Amino acid sequence: MSNWPEATQERARVILARYPTRRSAVMPLLYLAMAEDGYLTEAGMSEVADWVGITPAQVLAVASFYTMYKRERTGRYLISCCTSISCMLLGSDEVLHALEDESGVPHGETDSEGIISIEHAECIGACGGAPAVQVNYELIEGITPEKARELVQWLRTARPPVVGTDEMQGLFGGRRSFDWAINEEGGATGPYPAFEPLGTVADAFGERT
Amino acid sequence: MTTYPLVVTRRMTDHPADSHTIDRYEATEGYVQARKAATMTRNDLVELVKDSGLLGRGGAAFSAGLKWSFLAPARPAYLVVNGDESEPGTFKDRQLLERDPHQMVEGIIIASIANEVHHAFVYIRGEYPKPARRVQKAVDEAYARGYLGKGIFGGSFDLEVTVHLGGGAYICGEETALINSLEGLRGEPRLKPPYFPAAVGLYNKPTIVNNVETLSNLPYILSKGVDDYKALGHAADTGTFLFSVSGHVRKPGNYELPHGVTWRELIYDVAGGIRDDRQLKTWIPGGASAPWFVPADHLDLPVTKDDTAQAGSMLGSGAVVIMDDTTCVVRAAERIVRFFAHESCGQCTPCREGTTWLEMILRRIESGQGRVVDADLLLDVSDNISVGLAWPPKMTTICPLGPSAVSPIISISKYFKDEVMAHIHDGRCPFAVAAEVGHG
Repeated sequence: MSNWPEATQERARVILARYPTRRSAVMPLLYLAMAEDGYLTEAGMSEVADWVGITPAQVLAVASFYTMYKRERTGRYLISCCTSISCMLLGSDEVLHALEDESGVPHGETDSEGIISIEHAECIGACGGAPAVQVNYELIEGITPEKARELVQWLRTARPPVVGTDEMQGLFGGRRSFDWAINEEGGATGPYPAFEPLGTVADAFGERT
Repeated sequence: MTTYPLVVTRRMTDHPADSHTIDRYEATEGYVQARKAATMTRNDLVELVKDSGLLGRGGAAFSAGLKWSFLAPARPAYLVVNGDESEPGTFKDRQLLERDPHQMVEGIIIASIANEVHHAFVYIRGEYPKPARRVQKAVDEAYARGYLGKGIFGGSFDLEVTVHLGGGAYICGEETALINSLEGLRGEPRLKPPYFPAAVGLYNKPTIVNNVETLSNLPYILSKGVDDYKALGHAADTGTFLFSVSGHVRKPGNYELPHGVTWRELIYDVAGGIRDDRQLKTWIPGGASAPWFVPADHLDLPVTKDDTAQAGSMLGSGAVVIMDDTTCVVRAAERIVRFFAHESCGQCTPCREGTTWLEMILRRIESGQGRVVDADLLLDVSDNISVGLAWPPKMTTICPLGPSAVSPIISISKYFKDEVMAHIHDGRCPFAVAAEVGHG
C-alpha cells in the first residue's frame, strides 16, 4: 500500500516501466520521494523500498552514497556554491563568503525560517562562466560577491515559487561558459533537480508541466 | 584569429538561436546518417568507425571502433551514454547536450544499430537538469517522429532510450561505477579484469559505454567519410577535439580544435591570452587528474595525445585550466586534492585514506602550519597511492581516482618546490589569501 498520492504513484509506475529491472528505478524514485516530502525522509525511503522490492536499509545504502539525496530538511532554496579549481581561481571563496554573510547561514546549514540553505559544491561544470552557483540546481554563471548578496535578498523577499536558470542568469549572472541563446520556460519547484519525468518542473506561476 | 573546421559544434555555431530543435536539426541534414546506418551491417559500421580513428572523448582516448568490436556475442546488449561529466574544468558535454541534443541522439541510433542494441541509457549528472530537460525533449521528439521506439524509420529495428539523472557523484563517470549506479546500486567501480563492460556490463550483459562527444562525432563520420575525418586531425589523433578552457584567460569557453595546434596557440590565440596582461604560471592540460605543464617546457608542444603523454601528462577530458602568476600553487593543489578526497567512493584504502591525508597536509602548509618534513610526507603518502609516482600511474586501487589526486602533488613538487618551502619556512602563504573555506 503506497502512501503517495495517485498522481505520484502514476509517475512511479511510468518511471519503473522505463527500466528492465525494478531496482534500476531506485534513483529517480528517490527524487520522487524528495519532491513528495521536501527532503528524503525515512518514510520516503521505505516507500521507495516497497516500489523497488528491496529493504529500506538497501535504499539507505544507495541514498547515502550520493550528495544530492538530502536526508535532512534543507531550505526551500538550496544555494550550491562551486569552490572547485576553476571557480576558486576566479573568486568563488569570496562569493561563498558573501552568501554566508548576507544570509547569516554558514555553508552546510539552513536558516531558522527554512528558506535558505547554503552548501559548497564540487565542480558543477560551469568553469567557463566561473564563478558559478546553483539554486535548486538551476545554474547562475559569472556571479560576483555583490550579485550573490542580491540573490539572497531576492530569494528572501520575492520567495519565487519556481526558480529557473534563465531568469536568474539574467538577474544575477555575468559571463557564461557558452552562448545559451534560448530562454526556456520552467524551473525548479524545490531543492531537487527539475526534470519532467520526476514532475519537478513548473512554469513561472508554479504550475507543474 | 585562425578559423578551424568544426564537427560537433558546427550546427550551434551556424544556428545559435535554435540548434537544439528537431526542426533545425532536420533542416541541416539531421537523421540522414541514422537512416543510412539502418541499411548497414554491424561489421560495416564497426570497421568504418575503427578506420576513422575516432578515440573516446571521455578521458581515456581508447579507439571507439575497437571498443565496439570487443562486444561479446550474448544478447541483449546495452548502450550507455556517459553524460556524467564531472572532471573539474570540463564543461564541453554540457554544451553538446544543451545546444545540439539531436546530434547525440542520432549518434545513439547509429551506435545502437552497430552494436545490436535495443535499449540505450543516457546517464546525465544530477547537477545538469537543464541539459537533461533538453535531451528528454529531443528523445520525446525523436519518438514522436518514429526515429526511436518500435520499428525506427519504418523498418524492423526497435530502440528504446531512457534518460537517467545521476545523484551527484564524480565517480559515476567511471564506466563500471556508472553501470552499478544505473543498476540502482552505490556508484562503486567494479574490479576489472576479469570482466570489462563489453563482455559483462549492465545487468551482466555486453555493454558499450560511450561519451557524449564520442557519439556526437558519428553523424559527421558517416556523412563525410573516413578520409575527410582523418584529414581534420593530426596523425594518430583524427578529427577534432573539444577543449574546455577556464581559469585566468581572457576568453574562457569551449573550443573545438583540430589536434596538433600548439599550447601557445591554444592559450594565446584561441583563448585570448592571460587576463590583465599577467604572466602564465602553469596550466592543467587535461582535467584535474592530469599533471600540470609549465611555459618553459611545454608551451610549444603540439596538443596531441602522444605528445602530451610523452611529456608526462594527458589530454584527458580536454579541460585546460590556466593559472597566472597571482596563483598560489599550494592552494590550487589543495583545491584539487580536496575534490578527490570528497569524491573518493571509499572502497580502496590507499585512495580513501590517502586523499584525505594529502588534503590535510596541504591545508596545513597553506595556512602556515606546515613542517619541514611535510614536503617529503606529501610525496610519501602519494607513493602509497600511486607506487613510484610513475606516469601513467601504477595502480594500487580499483579505479584511477586515487592516483589522479597525486598529479597536483607531483606537479608542485617538481616545478614549484621553492614556493612550497617558502610557505613552510615563512609560516605563511606568500600570496594574499581570502577567507578560508572549510569543507563540508
